[in-house]
Amino acid sequence: MSIEKIWVLAEVADGAPTSTTLELLTQARSMSPTVAAVTWGTETPSVAGTLGDFGAASVYDVGDLDGALPGAPVAGAIAALIGSGDRPDVILIPASYDGRDIAGRLSVKIDSPVITNVVGLTVDGDEVRSQHGLFGGAQVATARFTGERPWIFVVRAKSFTAESAGGAAATVTAAPAPDLGASNAAKVKARHVEERTGPKLDEAEVVVSGGRGLGAAENYAMIDELAKLLHGAAGASRAIVDAGWVPYSHQVGQTGKTVKPTLYIACGISGATQHLVGMKGSKNIIAINKDRDAPIFSVADLGIVGDVHKVVPKLIEALKARG
Amino acid sequence: MNVVVCVKQIPDPAAPQALDPETRTLVRQGKLILDDSDAYGVEMGLQLADQAGGDVVTLVSMAPNGETSGLRTALAMGADKAILVSDDAIKGSDALSTAKVLAKAIERAEPDLIIAATESTDGYTGTFPVQLAELLGLPSITFAKKVAVGDGKVVVDRQTEAGYDEVECPLPAVVTVTAGVVEPRYPSFKGIMAAKSKPLEQLTVADLGLDASQVGPVGSRQEVTDVTAADERAAGEIVEDEGDGFEYVIRFLEQLKLV
Ligand SMILES: Cc1cc2nc3c(=O)[nH]c(=O)nc-3n(C[C@H](O)[C@H](O)[C@H](O)COP(=O)(O)OP(=O)(O)OC[C@H]3O[C@@H](n4cnc5c(N)ncnc54)[C@H](O)[C@@H]3O)c2cc1C
Ligand SMILES: Nc1ncnc2c1ncn2[C@@H]1O[C@H](COP(=O)(O)O)[C@@H](O)[C@H]1O
Repeated sequence: MSIEKIWVLAEVADGAPTSTTLELLTQARSMSPTVAAVTWGTETPSVAGTLGDFGAASVYDVGDLDGALPGAPVAGAIAALIGSGDRPDVILIPASYDGRDIAGRLSVKIDSPVITNVVGLTVDGDEVRSQHGLFGGAQVATARFTGERPWIFVVRAKSFTAESAGGAAATVTAAPAPDLGASNAAKVKARHVEERTGPKLDEAEVVVSGGRGLGAAENYAMIDELAKLLHGAAGASRAIVDAGWVPYSHQVGQTGKTVKPTLYIACGISGATQHLVGMKGSKNIIAINKDRDAPIFSVADLGIVGDVHKVVPKLIEALKARG
Repeated sequence: MNVVVCVKQIPDPAAPQALDPETRTLVRQGKLILDDSDAYGVEMGLQLADQAGGDVVTLVSMAPNGETSGLRTALAMGADKAILVSDDAIKGSDALSTAKVLAKAIERAEPDLIIAATESTDGYTGTFPVQLAELLGLPSITFAKKVAVGDGKVVVDRQTEAGYDEVECPLPAVVTVTAGVVEPRYPSFKGIMAAKSKPLEQLTVADLGLDASQVGPVGSRQEVTDVTAADERAAGEIVEDEGDGFEYVIRFLEQLKLV
């Protein structure tokens, strides 16, 4: 049984499908002749064009969730479709907050395991093989399902490159969630959006990140300043997010954002495996760390063994002098 | 209120990690420790219990070889009792099979609130807690960075891409906490001594009324087929800063035409 049908969970943010959604649609259409998207919210008619452009012939619309967290209702809707006999071979889900919730709920509803942290996918005859980074990406594991389809894969951001296929707008089919009782009781009461200036962390050409080596919260200002001078975005290790120096939206790594900029500058970051998986794919990496043995140097194209408090201010001064 | 905290016991992440050549999964032998990710959940459970008063904090863990050292650490922090599911059949279980097992164990504790970490250090699937919630028919709120309980409901600040959402749901519910939500306490000497005599119930898969075919490699229905070394990055240039470190950076930026 070859791969005939793939469903991609399509997430929408700020009125457009997320970049991971488009990456997954691009990958799905190289794996299977039929690709459909599953989405929710009130903006489906306006994103159907983009979803079609990237490869979805049709889109199942769960509709407005009335403030519910998407996990239960979206999984409920997908399970209902499958229950009615519409069975995909593969379901691709972005490794996002809501994506993981939906994957977990769906896996129980259809009693199908989930393979997570996928960074590559290949079709091998009747099988799909998934690739995974181990030990911070030093090794690559290949995995496969041995049971019944549909196979659920949760895929990390930036595992594939999104390319438009020039397809027509996807046809929209309503796929409302069935009544789910208590499991659907989590409701969003208010949303808080943090102010951001400059490019988005996961889209910036240059990312400058700071870690515990900065010593104190106020020293993060130099990371912001350097990022601004390079028209880039400022990132962080989890250590300083946990310490409350910067908001979580700055975090790069396993639990944070995956970035692949032209240049990544790591300042006072040791290079733990969970940090490396989020930035190792950067085209160029500069590391500034006072410990010559810090693991971050193993992925650096340029490593400066030195004190961030000395190197970074001089760098900022030199960049300012150039205007 | 009955609070259940899921705690995973894992090989010390600071120790060198190895893969089993047969199954190509992480070797989980030797002494296991309390996953650091779960120390936050234990602390959160204890704080919520303290606030409400008269609450019971029960730890639940599934681990091979009757391993209890991680549970003892969490009991020493102040949890009241623990349930361990250990059985040869569970080796090689994936997140879904683990959730099937622990759902049965957790039902016994009649929980009002179940706390887990957003993801474990060694498995990091992040799907187990939601699978557990679905199996128990409960609502769940993942990625909590602030948790409050009262009036039969739980109110959470949940991290999002852009900031955070205030999310609410009635109890019983499953909540997953992120690192840094609270500052985990260190077990005191008194706590460590007290932990030795706290109730620790050990169960097998059969005790929970489950069939061995639902767990382990058979239940997991997935396998790692091979592991290879990733393409290595070409070694970079490493220089000591003699006051001129920034000049190397400037030259690098020039090469990339970023300045
Ligand atoms: C499940 C899980 C998920 C995780 N997810 C993430 C994630 O998404 N992102 C992430 O980053 N981490 C993550 N971590 C945490 C990770 O393991 C590390 O703890 C963290 O990345 C360390 O941050 P750091 O490099 O800033 O701090 P440290 O490891 O403490 O390193 C600080 C570095 O600064 C250097 N330094 C000190 N002073 C100076 C100075 N004056 N000048 C120059 N250098 C100096 C030191 O030599 C050291 O190398 C995760 C962990 C787990 C268990
Ligand atoms: N074997 C286990 N025993 C107890 N809790 C677990 C177990 N596996 C997962 N959990 C809980 O679920 C969280 C997420 O795990 P994971 O799905 O492995 O990322 C963990 O941090 C624990 O809180």
